[in-house]
Amino acid sequence: MAYGAHFAAVILACYLTAQALTRSVWFGPGWTWRSPRVAILCWQALGLAVGLAAIGVPLAVGLAPYGTGPGRATGLFVGDLAAGVTSLAAGHGWPTGVLPAGLGPVRLTLVGLAAAIAAVLLGSTVRSLLAAVRAQRRHRDLLALVGRADPAAPGALVLDHPGAAAYCLPGVRPTVVVSAGTLDLLNPGELAAVLSHERAHADERHDLVLLPFTALCRALPRVRWLRAAHDAVALLVEMRADDKARRQHADEPLAAALRRFASAGSRITPAGALGAADLELDARVQRLLLDRPAPRLRPAAASVVAAALLLLPASLYLSW
Amino acid sequence: MTRLGDLERAVMDVLWDRDPAADPVTVRDVAEALQNRDLAYTTVMTVLDRLAGKGMVSRERAGRAWRYQPAASREAYIAQLMLDALDLAGSRDAALVRFARSVTGTEAEVLRAALTDQAQVAERRG
Repeated sequence: MAYGAHFAAVILACYLTAQALTRSVWFGPGWTWRSPRVAILCWQALGLAVGLAAIGVPLAVGLAPYGTGPGRATGLFVGDLAAGVTSLAAGHGWPTGVLPAGLGPVRLTLVGLAAAIAAVLLGSTVRSLLAAVRAQRRHRDLLALVGRADPAAPGALVLDHPGAAAYCLPGVRPTVVVSAGTLDLLNPGELAAVLSHERAHADERHDLVLLPFTALCRALPRVRWLRAAHDAVALLVEMRADDKARRQHADEPLAAALRRFASAGSRITPAGALGAADLELDARVQRLLLDRPAPRLRPAAASVVAAALLLLPASLYLSW
Repeated sequence: MTRLGDLERAVMDVLWDRDPAADPVTVRDVAEALQNRDLAYTTVMTVLDRLAGKGMVSRERAGRAWRYQPAASREAYIAQLMLDALDLAGSRDAALVRFARSVTGTEAEVLRAALTDQAQVAERRG
């Protein structure tokens, strides 16, 4: 039972830390935006810790009769099950006493629940990965037929469309794509900054960073805090790419490019209402223009907390 | 770009640059249009076969030969890529990473309309 309580405590601590990361109450306002890379790592550690703990709570409570850590108990339980099934298959019926006393239907249901949670987490991630790979292959095939190289955008493919778009098609051989509308919209300096931004996405495989969060949002679409975590990480990924681009170019061209994208025509959102995309663009522009130095203490503290939160459930699984 | 990718593109350009109302073409027609590349008949056939496999061209039997036509117009493919790029395609996969999303309501409608028109044309043909 103690193990279950530990796992539950990890979930609670992760929830509180996630609150701190999104609202930045305790760790001070906005450090995550100034150290996006550290913040992304924290989110990944938190995500993994919550996943491990979510499996751990029902598993530990279900297998409590074994009186050992959940990792070893799972091993013993699987061994016992195998022994029972072998006996069944041999026609001797289910042997009495093969499972420890106290492992009744309620606890077995909890073990099943743990297995189901693990299956959903792993399954949705794999499914999302396969879907993304399929969509990317289709996109790449079409791009090979209609994209063209253009001296105005070195290293990128150009799509002949008047709309403004700039994106990265991730993969082993990533491709940066801009539309003809983007070429019209931006001056050469701004375009260079945007291309650097996209290359940063490609180099750091930001698509894979986002994938588990996207997968979970898809598996559990009604869970609002999952969506909030996804959006927070998505914004941090953009800011990280902004940081890499500003290191190669000045801040101004990137900020100007963002503003041009923001004001390219009227928006889908009704007049007066700011869509999330607008708020995010605004936050990114403000960040580039303010250029406050990255803090040291708070990211370090958050890293320690996140690492501890990840190590705790991991060590619970390993404890004997 | 690989040689095969390059050829696929050249073949699609031949199909797209023809009058859309004209009859579908045979392998020989395509090979003739690309005669400056000096391609073997079988090479063109292989490329068209690959394109059909990817759903980029549709084909029908005409006597002993296949006749080919593009499955969709160049504009429709560009529209499809733009919908993907602007996250309007309705898929929630993390397939692309975008710089910034910016599209007007009318632009989105135009993009979607380009796809619907194409689907209707395909239906009428089929």
